[in-house]
Amino acid sequence: MDSLGTMVAKRVAFGLLTLIIISLLIFLGVELLPGDVAEAILGQSALPETVEAFRRELKLNLPPHIRYFTWLGDFFQGDFGTSLANGRPIADLIGWRFANTMFLATVAALIAVPVSIILGILAALYRNSLFDRIISMVTLSTISFPEFFVAYILIALLSVQLIIFPSISNINEQMSLLEKIHAIFLPCMTLTLVVVAHMMRQTRAAIINIMASPFIEMARLKGIKRMRIIVLHAFPNALSPVINVVAINLAYLVVGVVVVEVVFVYPGLGQLLVDSVSKRDIPVVQASGLIFASVYIGLNLLADVLSIISNPRLRNPR
Amino acid sequence: MEKLLTIKNLQIEGFSNEKWMPIVNGINLTLDRGEVLGLIGESGAGKSTIGLAAMGYTRQGCRIASGSIVFDGMELVGAPKELKRKIRGTRIAYVAQSAAASFNPAHRLIKQYAEAPIQHGLMSFAEAEKKAIDIYQRLLLPDPERIGYRYPHQVSGGQLQRAMVAMAMACQPDIIVFDEPTTALDVTTQIEVLAAIKHITEQFDMAAIYISHDLAVVAQLADRIMVLRYGNLVEEGDARELLDNPKEEYTRQLLSVRTFRKHSDQNDNDRNVILKVQNVSASYTGKEMVLEDINLKIRRGRTVALVGESGSGKSTLARVITGLLPPLQGKTIFDGKELPPALKSRDRESLRQMQMIYQMPDTAINPRHKVRKIIGRPLSFYFGMSGKEREDRIIDLLEKIELSEKYIDRYPAELSGGEKQRICIARALAANPNLIICDEVTSALDQLVAEEILKLLQRLQNDLGVSYLFITHDLATVKAISDEIVVMLQGKIVEQGEKQEILTPPHHEYTELLLSSVPEMDPDWLDNLLAERQAVQAT
Repeated sequence: MDSLGTMVAKRVAFGLLTLIIISLLIFLGVELLPGDVAEAILGQSALPETVEAFRRELKLNLPPHIRYFTWLGDFFQGDFGTSLANGRPIADLIGWRFANTMFLATVAALIAVPVSIILGILAALYRNSLFDRIISMVTLSTISFPEFFVAYILIALLSVQLIIFPSISNINEQMSLLEKIHAIFLPCMTLTLVVVAHMMRQTRAAIINIMASPFIEMARLKGIKRMRIIVLHAFPNALSPVINVVAINLAYLVVGVVVVEVVFVYPGLGQLLVDSVSKRDIPVVQASGLIFASVYIGLNLLADVLSIISNPRLRNPR
Repeated sequence: MEKLLTIKNLQIEGFSNEKWMPIVNGINLTLDRGEVLGLIGESGAGKSTIGLAAMGYTRQGCRIASGSIVFDGMELVGAPKELKRKIRGTRIAYVAQSAAASFNPAHRLIKQYAEAPIQHGLMSFAEAEKKAIDIYQRLLLPDPERIGYRYPHQVSGGQLQRAMVAMAMACQPDIIVFDEPTTALDVTTQIEVLAAIKHITEQFDMAAIYISHDLAVVAQLADRIMVLRYGNLVEEGDARELLDNPKEEYTRQLLSVRTFRKHSDQNDNDRNVILKVQNVSASYTGKEMVLEDINLKIRRGRTVALVGESGSGKSTLARVITGLLPPLQGKTIFDGKELPPALKSRDRESLRQMQMIYQMPDTAINPRHKVRKIIGRPLSFYFGMSGKEREDRIIDLLEKIELSEKYIDRYPAELSGGEKQRICIARALAANPNLIICDEVTSALDQLVAEEILKLLQRLQNDLGVSYLFITHDLATVKAISDEIVVMLQGKIVEQGEKQEILTPPHHEYTELLLSSVPEMDPDWLDNLLAERQAVQAT
């Protein structure tokens, strides 16, 4: 078996490769869009000379592979290009919005991950009891509804019926952390409700799977209490699948937040992406797409590395 | 005086096929302080179930239907969970068959040792640590001060098994239940663990229930033996008396020594060599050698036994011969023709001539195929048979392995372990091979079933003239079936030759170690052997 270092290095290399492939797909996807971008933006009434000048400005006259590599090279240097819609550098447009998206995702994760792991452990502990069934039923129902539906239900309950939280989650830099959290409470709840079921079910299944191992029987025959068996004996060995599902859900919190941001008019990257698509602001769409992809791959990479490290055999070689 | 443990009329049921079936039928059992009781029987005899029941524990899908289990004046059947939990680990402890599976891979040994005493409020970690080192020392574990700080995967199988015995000792229990603690070990390692167990039970005057399928092992430790079969008591008695003078036919069968190999004539004609392995060296990583310069010949109609402990490279050699692992050096010559090293470049005809039978019939056959398909596939694959012709041949093969025609429509799940292994044999025979490689084919089977399989293989050889390469770590099997013996150690052949020659002294020292480590039915065997080895070491 490879050493820890080599295994991690391999995963990182694969992550980078995936990212390159995705960048290629994003680029080709835009390339394959019907019609000429310059024409589409300037409208049909534009003069051919204007279109030609605009094409040159967008470097559309260059062959695709050169444009791809320049775009990718610039991207990795932090230069995302300029927006077509308002001519501002994309980095400026994206920067603070991305921070907002990350803020929302982080708060949601800080609630969702511990809640779902604790619920998963409890469900495994009281397996097949009424408690287990109720938790499964509730979390599965929340995951079965589309996010916008959950969002509107929450708005109807918590900002229309009971006027506790705002239905529009506008935040700005003057707000204190507490005010911000108050403002994003509803989108945060929506996201939590959507991701908890998956993580909780996986935690429960992984623990129950481990509970059939001989070393669990051994612990029981040593007279260890059930709660301790689950937390100390089963959970550390169930980490790998749990880490993986947590990472996928964290990635979802960042990437899948688009719909929720739109519903709550939250100034995040998702909102920007939706706006840019409708404005045909191609460079912004490309940049956002690649950022989302990087986050997704980064989190999965982190999960891979963590689950490798969580294996005591690899952490403590002979 | 009241006994430490009294089990009366114990009835345990297991849930299968939608109904509760009896596993243990009205067993009575008593255990005094300081007494070692041996429970012996084949799998399915209910011995583990009884051992666990002594702790008031039943596995998932089992229940105690009736009877009583009284431990030190406390009734355990129907006792509150909390009472049973408090007894477990402190007053009755358990040693499982596989230490590798029974230690939590995520925690250090000493943490697992100390868990029971700390959780039951008997000691602090520092106290438990001190005691652990003492017990590790008594069990002759190397580096007792530090071994506890290793993870389970960082120590060897025999050491881990002893560490588990130590763990059971942590709270100085009144009874330890040993559930086949040496079954998964090599013969030479088995001795270490047996000696450790004997030593510790005598030293602390502990009572123990020792469960095993191997009568010779039980004989070394037990004061009293109970023979079980299908959940019923067959015979019970003082260990020596039971061995000297078994009353029941079943016990006699367990005691009987297996030899049924007729002596075949030695034929040194090179034309009769079916397989020749020349100067083979192999490695999985390209760096560490798993096999070094192996030379070996198998003649037609003969059985060559390949013996060695786990890790000696026996199965790797089989992988090289079959082409699964191309060797770094050397060649495999089959029937006078050199075979390509890699499996994928061998033609169908040479694949056909060499077949394999594996240790675990459960994993070697597809559980979703019926017997017809399992045996029929090689017939279609190698001979293009179909329809009636194929059907007849399958029935013919079933007959050869002593199974009736009606087995043809069964799934593997409907067969017993021995029957599954027979199906594997039939599948190998279907190809009409000249050589069958048998990789530990009997080690997953119960003694009497294994014997039947060996007899069958022997008969097939007499009838069909097929050669066997018989890989095993069990020397009793070797004695029973082989013509020639090849002894391997750390990837090298240390001794090879005719069976008679190898089994009669003088031996190579490693062969000697292997041979002397096989437990004998004599209750004094372990003591004598240990004394002998100590004497040799002293000189």
